[in-house]
Amino acid sequence: MSARDDILALVRASLHVSGAEAPRRAAVASRLAEAPVGVVPQRGQGTRSQILATFKAEAERVRATVAEVASAADAPAEIARFLRENNLPATLRHGSDPRLASLPWSATALEISHGPSDGDDVNAVSAAFAAIAETGTLALVSGSDNPTTLNFLPENHFVLVFAEDVVGDMESVVARLKATYGQGAMPRAVNFVTGPSRSADIEQTILLGAHGPRRLHIVVVGQP
Amino acid sequence: MSLAATTPHFKDNVHEALTDARLQRALPHARNFIATRAAAAARLPEFEALRDSARAIKDHTLAHLDLYLETYERKVTQSGGHVHWARDTGEALAVILDLCKARGAKSVAKGKSMVSEEIGLNAALEGAGIAAVETDLGEYIIQLRGEAPSHIIAPAIHVTRDDVEADFRRFHRELPADRDLTQPEQLLAEARAILRDKFLSADIGLTGANFLIAETGTSIIVTNEGNGDLAQTLPKVHVVLASLDKLVPTLNDAAQLLRVLARSATGQDLSVYTTLSTGPRRPGDPDGPEEYHVVLLDNGRSAMLGGQFADMLRCIRCGACMNHCPVYHAVGGHAYGWVYPGPMGAVLTPSLIGVEQGGQLPNASTFCGRCEAVCPMRIPLPNLMRHWREREFERHLTPAVVRGGIGFWAFFAKRPGLYRFATDLAMRALHLIGRSRGRFAWLPFAGGWTRYRDLAAPQGATFQARWRAKSGAVR
Ligand code: SF4
Repeated sequence: MSARDDILALVRASLHVSGAEAPRRAAVASRLAEAPVGVVPQRGQGTRSQILATFKAEAERVRATVAEVASAADAPAEIARFLRENNLPATLRHGSDPRLASLPWSATALEISHGPSDGDDVNAVSAAFAAIAETGTLALVSGSDNPTTLNFLPENHFVLVFAEDVVGDMESVVARLKATYGQGAMPRAVNFVTGPSRSADIEQTILLGAHGPRRLHIVVVGQP
Repeated sequence: MSLAATTPHFKDNVHEALTDARLQRALPHARNFIATRAAAAARLPEFEALRDSARAIKDHTLAHLDLYLETYERKVTQSGGHVHWARDTGEALAVILDLCKARGAKSVAKGKSMVSEEIGLNAALEGAGIAAVETDLGEYIIQLRGEAPSHIIAPAIHVTRDDVEADFRRFHRELPADRDLTQPEQLLAEARAILRDKFLSADIGLTGANFLIAETGTSIIVTNEGNGDLAQTLPKVHVVLASLDKLVPTLNDAAQLLRVLARSATGQDLSVYTTLSTGPRRPGDPDGPEEYHVVLLDNGRSAMLGGQFADMLRCIRCGACMNHCPVYHAVGGHAYGWVYPGPMGAVLTPSLIGVEQGGQLPNASTFCGRCEAVCPMRIPLPNLMRHWREREFERHLTPAVVRGGIGFWAFFAKRPGLYRFATDLAMRALHLIGRSRGRFAWLPFAGGWTRYRDLAAPQGATFQARWRAKSGAVR
């Protein structure tokens, strides 16, 4: 017997089932089809402005920084300001996301590069698929629009979040993924990012910037 | 089992741990997790309801595991990935080594994976001439030191900052000898720079999985450093090594489990990175692996289903049980002698490597019940340890001294009059002798206890005697 068949047979023997029982199959089919939502904490819920306020507070709690701009066109200036005030190089890499490509970068002194990172970039910007108020989390999806390497390799990561994409909880992001990619389908990678990278492996002291970015600066676009 | 277990020498290990001054200096760090978990739980009113929800999800999954495994495999295949089934350690190693050899791999960048410790992957890779690079800072430190992890989420918790500095100076010879490494930040920066190169040059990235999602064929890992995420993004091939019990039906179910995982582990609401991977690079993707493989390991889990220890399969490896365990606090993780320490290890180890090898571990408990109280999956750990003790006793694996002691106690317990008389006498005697200090630093036949802690002197009467007096007064 193949390892596969053997393991399945062992599982079934331990459970005292054959695998053909209709009620069991129905229970599994309906769970997969309905994907019930369990206990969703109140913390991420509320009116639009409450949700945005919670997102900001929770993101700051995990040591991200958050700026709010009225329109996406203001984002380049905000990023340039952040780099200047933190004495960081005026360089920035981003993917082909039209929400980023269309911005007035040339109005700043930033030197812009495109595509995935090879590990030498100091700064990168991505546009989020969504964000979660409950935990101050960003949801980033893979692809040429926002290459995954930009989320992890640069020292400083900027993320643009459009206010209408801030939702209460992870379940709402899952619903948006289904709406975009289809039931049961997923992009190659979804990165939920909650604050800058950190490690507590040396005497349980939290240090920022382990393998991923040391700084995470979130720019929320278009407060309602 | 390929990592040599020193579990049968548990008593010697414990003795060694208790007299190891460096270890005893490092161990108090484990207690920090108690306050952080409590704060995280207190900040979420729904925490207890989420624990119930998490438990129900896992119970449902395990009861239908065969069907979820089939669905999961189908979804992985649909997304362009491959599932390799492995009955045991030998098969899992063979699959991974074959994948490496067929691609001429020279180095494997690893995310943190307890299952890879379970199968002794690093030694097998090195044996085949392939470099295994641990990328989690804690795992990297213990790999340099040639040690096993002593905690499932904080593998280097037994190592002090000074040790790390000494190890880095010993191994990072290419760097200037007079560099300043006094600050933890400097140690972190050095590890980051060295590991960055290794990530970029690795041929294969290997990670574990916190959850495998049947609905979508997705594997989920959580990290704080971003190391596992780089390990599965940069190399051409991503291999996920996970055991059967990681299955979860849907992404919504995973969202429930994620809410209790980090809170129970480090006291974070969510780990910094929760990464969902589904298959290899898609057309047009500028990064990500070109191949995606899952090695699905049984190694004794299927036999646990439906049995006395099935509850243990709900475990999500958060580490809360060891963080709250007085025995773990006293001896650390290495004394447990195999991969999984603490209460979860005491239950799981005999299941996975046999009661002959691991049967001593369930004795490493004071039955204080704190592990069960904090386990997010509500696993009845003390009860499960008790089951193992019964089995160990039945199979005459219990040491002769213990069997003799229990026999001695049984003789008196069956003769209540004699028992009362003897214990009354003993209590009075101990009270008289110990009255000046209120505690004993040494007692005949109790050296095993008093070597590392004092025994409080009895107050003069047995519980039974005081109960008799009290109920007499009430009546
Ligand atoms: S037994 Fe419970 S507390 Fe211990 S690691 Fe597993 S889930 Fe966490």
